[in-house]
Amino acid sequence: MAAVKSSGALVGNRLAITAILVITIVFLAPIYWIASTAFKPRALATTVPPTVFFQPEITPFIKLFVKRVQLTKPVDPAVYEAAPWWEKRIFDNGERVLRTGPNVQLSAYPSRFMNSLIIAITSTVLAVGMGTFTAYGFSRFKIKGEQDLLFFILSTRMLPPVVVAIPMFLMYRAVGMTDTHIGLIVLYTAFNLSFSVWLMKGFMDEIPKEYEEAALVDGYTRMQAFFKIVLPEAATGIAATAVFCFITAWNEYAFALIMTNRRAQTAPPFIPSQLGSGVIDWTVIAAGTFLFLLPVAIFTFALRGHLLRGVTFGAIRK
Amino acid sequence: MATAVMTRLDPQSRAAARGWSDLSIRNLFILPTIAFLIVFNIFPLIYSLGYSFTDYRASTNAPANFIGLANYRDLLNDDFIWNNFIVTAKYVLVSVSGQVIVGFGIALLLNRAIPFKGLITTLLLLPMMMSMAVVGLFWKLLYDPSWGIINYVFRLGDFAWLSNRDAALYAVAITDIWMWSPFVMLLSLAGLSAVPKHLYEAAAIDRAGTWYTFTRITLPLVAPILLIAIIFRTMEAFKTFDLAYIMSSQDTTELISIKLYKMAFQEWQTGKSSALAYIVLIMVLAITNIYVKYLNRVKER
Repeated sequence: MAAVKSSGALVGNRLAITAILVITIVFLAPIYWIASTAFKPRALATTVPPTVFFQPEITPFIKLFVKRVQLTKPVDPAVYEAAPWWEKRIFDNGERVLRTGPNVQLSAYPSRFMNSLIIAITSTVLAVGMGTFTAYGFSRFKIKGEQDLLFFILSTRMLPPVVVAIPMFLMYRAVGMTDTHIGLIVLYTAFNLSFSVWLMKGFMDEIPKEYEEAALVDGYTRMQAFFKIVLPEAATGIAATAVFCFITAWNEYAFALIMTNRRAQTAPPFIPSQLGSGVIDWTVIAAGTFLFLLPVAIFTFALRGHLLRGVTFGAIRK
Repeated sequence: MATAVMTRLDPQSRAAARGWSDLSIRNLFILPTIAFLIVFNIFPLIYSLGYSFTDYRASTNAPANFIGLANYRDLLNDDFIWNNFIVTAKYVLVSVSGQVIVGFGIALLLNRAIPFKGLITTLLLLPMMMSMAVVGLFWKLLYDPSWGIINYVFRLGDFAWLSNRDAALYAVAITDIWMWSPFVMLLSLAGLSAVPKHLYEAAAIDRAGTWYTFTRITLPLVAPILLIAIIFRTMEAFKTFDLAYIMSSQDTTELISIKLYKMAFQEWQTGKSSALAYIVLIMVLAITNIYVKYLNRVKER
């Protein structure tokens, strides 16, 4: 039915649209600010009034990846001319790149970023793998005390990280697992496992049982039916769950802060720790933050149809 | 045989006699997860329950002495700890009510035909997907008293948000509201879109006012899902560690998780912090219980 809109309703609608646009801009402003700071020349990062328009440059990203020291005397013009383009940018900033022999010394950032990737990906694969099987079990079979078990599984997710970290730290220290990749992988797997079970159960419940039943009648074993019928049907759900688990592990801070300090340290505790060391170069911190947030931003768009489900542990769908 | 598999399978049934029995498949699928969670979540908690009755300090080699309930008694009589709980309660109240007002408000505005609605909704959801630690870090840049953009835009001069004892908690809460209002918005939108259109049409025919329609139709129907959002955010805000820890080191922003972290990993009072962890744990489980009850209730509808 086509409702006849009064002019008052139309004006109200326009006002609402304007308000939404303003709110969206306000909400995105902090993200724009960090992204733009990552491309600013250092001198423009902390100006009064703040610099909004500028010639973007990628020097902060070059600085992010290499170890540098302040120049004590001007660079020899011959050395400057022989340097690659990116090293010239460092010289232009009054710094030089540290080398061991001919090799450029990398900053800690790339290794922390790699740690984040390794730990987040491995724990995601484990949590989603186990969670998918378990969710199928809960979805299809009769289980004694099913509700209690599901509550138990969920409650492990709700534990405050610091509460779990105290005994885990003592146990890890006893077996030499502090500051190891495997230590964080285990913690993140446990943390994401309950989420993955709950979310995957929602997806499994949506796959009609008739599909497997038809397969069983056709002579498939239940295992074959699970792998050949159910898993392909659940692919979208598995992908969405995996992205959620990845983001959670990628963003996690408290466990990483407590359990790691160097070798296995991930990006979230590392990026803020740069604040403490000497003169703060916000452009470099912003560049590190920008690269760190980029995958999450991309994934958020990829996930947009599943966000509601994800944040409610699969309880509320569209 | 086919009829036996039609309903939810009883694992004892012989419906799927080929290959693995359903019973063993069920166990194979479920038990590893349960075992994993017991080993890495429940066992550590039992371990720390033991420590909570001792004076153990993980920084020394001194053995742990059993001191009974002394840790719990000390903690409950400690004014500083009560202060941490009061700070936490204040933070939860400010931040969750802010999120509900902003989030529900945006949802009401978005609940109409708007160009690029999907894109706008997704953009608004970006903050909550980000790392709290990193968000806290870059909000420090925004709050900077001398060149931060917040003071510049709102003409606040050199007001030092994060080093001001009274303002710091609100500054952290504002960041949390920025991050998590979209969460409330997302759930509210789901609730709003489920309100049957004919109710509004009926109200319009009866010439019901906007306020009347809102309080008598919209609010009651969205309330259950809004309540879920509120309980969930309350639980998360209660546990907040990252954001406040990164943004401020004031005692006025020392949430209970931060106190717990300092007690355990800076003062190394392992026994006492285990006891505090248990007090916090019980509170969190109580909220979780309420949360799951409501979740199930809404799910059934």
